[in-house]
Amino acid sequence: MSKVRVLVGTRKGAFILTSDGKRDKWEVNGPLFAGWELYHLKGSPADPNRIYASQTSGWFGQVIQRSDDGGKTWHQPGTPPGETTAPGGMPKGESNKFVYDAAGAPLTTHQWYDGTQHPWEFKRVWHLEPSLTDPDTVYAGVEDAALFKSTDGGQNWKELPGLRGHGTGPKWQPGAGGMCLHTIILDPSDPKRIYIAISAAGAFRTDDGGKTWKPINKGLYSKYIPDPHAEVGHCVHHIAMNPKRPGLLFMQKHWDVMRSDDAGDNWHEVSGNLPTDFGFAIDVHAHEPETVYVVPIKSDGEHYVHEGKLRVYRSRTGGNEWEPLTKGLPQKDCYVDVLRDAMAVDTLDDCGIYFGTTGGQVYVSPNAGDSWQPIVHDLPAVLSVEVQTMK
Amino acid sequence: MAVMIRVELPQHLRTLAHVGQEVPIEVEGPVTQRSVLDALEERYPMLKGAIRDHGTRQRRAFLRFFACQEDLTHESPDAPLPDPVVSGKEPFLIIGAIAGG
Repeated sequence: MSKVRVLVGTRKGAFILTSDGKRDKWEVNGPLFAGWELYHLKGSPADPNRIYASQTSGWFGQVIQRSDDGGKTWHQPGTPPGETTAPGGMPKGESNKFVYDAAGAPLTTHQWYDGTQHPWEFKRVWHLEPSLTDPDTVYAGVEDAALFKSTDGGQNWKELPGLRGHGTGPKWQPGAGGMCLHTIILDPSDPKRIYIAISAAGAFRTDDGGKTWKPINKGLYSKYIPDPHAEVGHCVHHIAMNPKRPGLLFMQKHWDVMRSDDAGDNWHEVSGNLPTDFGFAIDVHAHEPETVYVVPIKSDGEHYVHEGKLRVYRSRTGGNEWEPLTKGLPQKDCYVDVLRDAMAVDTLDDCGIYFGTTGGQVYVSPNAGDSWQPIVHDLPAVLSVEVQTMK
Repeated sequence: MAVMIRVELPQHLRTLAHVGQEVPIEVEGPVTQRSVLDALEERYPMLKGAIRDHGTRQRRAFLRFFACQEDLTHESPDAPLPDPVVSGKEPFLIIGAIAGG
């Protein structure tokens, strides 16, 4: 019997939503880590019982949580579950140490909102990307932008300093949400190839496992930076890829939906007939690499859906020709946003699509977008949605 | 000489450390903010980084340190804490500053 597990991060805790393959009856568990911001949770493709979570707080900083039983129990990964080694019988669990590798790349500065230079400061983990093959290996994209890696299940984290030390760092600058590394894509056909994206620096690719990186922003055009065609400085909101076509990438930029057929070396716009091409979330059908989903947002000044209608747009042609998907979604008086990591797809034959809103709804379409139903209505603002498919 | 200091934690740090509102902490030598926090983190390593930054060891911006109805947040981390804290009569309070919702 197939099963799906939806991992939802919100402003005030995490929730786990489970259903069988029909996806019409749901069990809701949570809030986990109540009161904390859960920027992202993601399960290991190599072991679905292994889930990592980024728990963060403006007051108390960063905590990494880990589950080894599919989300039933959690612990900070410093100590195996149940083992008590600290004085007084407390779990050690020191898992929140993200320190930039100043020896690997000098701690330089980046551009601040006022145009001055500002030192790199760690703030939080935006995105966790478990290895495709090893449950103990996981990457973390952080603010201020850098990429960290753990090979011991989240206990110790080391920066891959080649990215921050790329040399264009002084030209990177924070978007409204901070200077975050929010997208990490591991290439299943080439273990040394990783794509990342940073707001607002752009997209980068490594072909040597993270030692060296190159900007892959050719073809992007951004009116809000002095040179609209610059090598870096673009506010890339999210990138998505179907694992079956690793070189084919789709990007939701600040404005513009973009496509690359050559692993990011060149991009061209595929916004086509979208009512607005501003947005955050983008994803690709699990079995159809040319079927793409976006949620158009009205504008950079008005972060809610266009015309008060919550519409997912689907292109079955790899972009340019888009159709609104509205069945089951509110079509009046709706003013929610869908954030960059808040859309996901399952891998069942009919490809379920999921997304969460800043209004606290999580929707599912069990039929690739043709119709939608809410799983939950009233969660805190949703920051991230991931789905695990157990066949 | 070691003394026992009472440290009161905000809710989220109690959850992280699996403790109640107040924890007793044994401190060797002079009782200061630094020595109390060092001893607290030694006893509860999961609080490392949650009160002071890992790299700089600076207090996290939205945390405050109170004792004896005084705000000691901006005192030197090496200044002696008040006698009632040293004697255990009063707790050393770690407070999440009021901000946001």
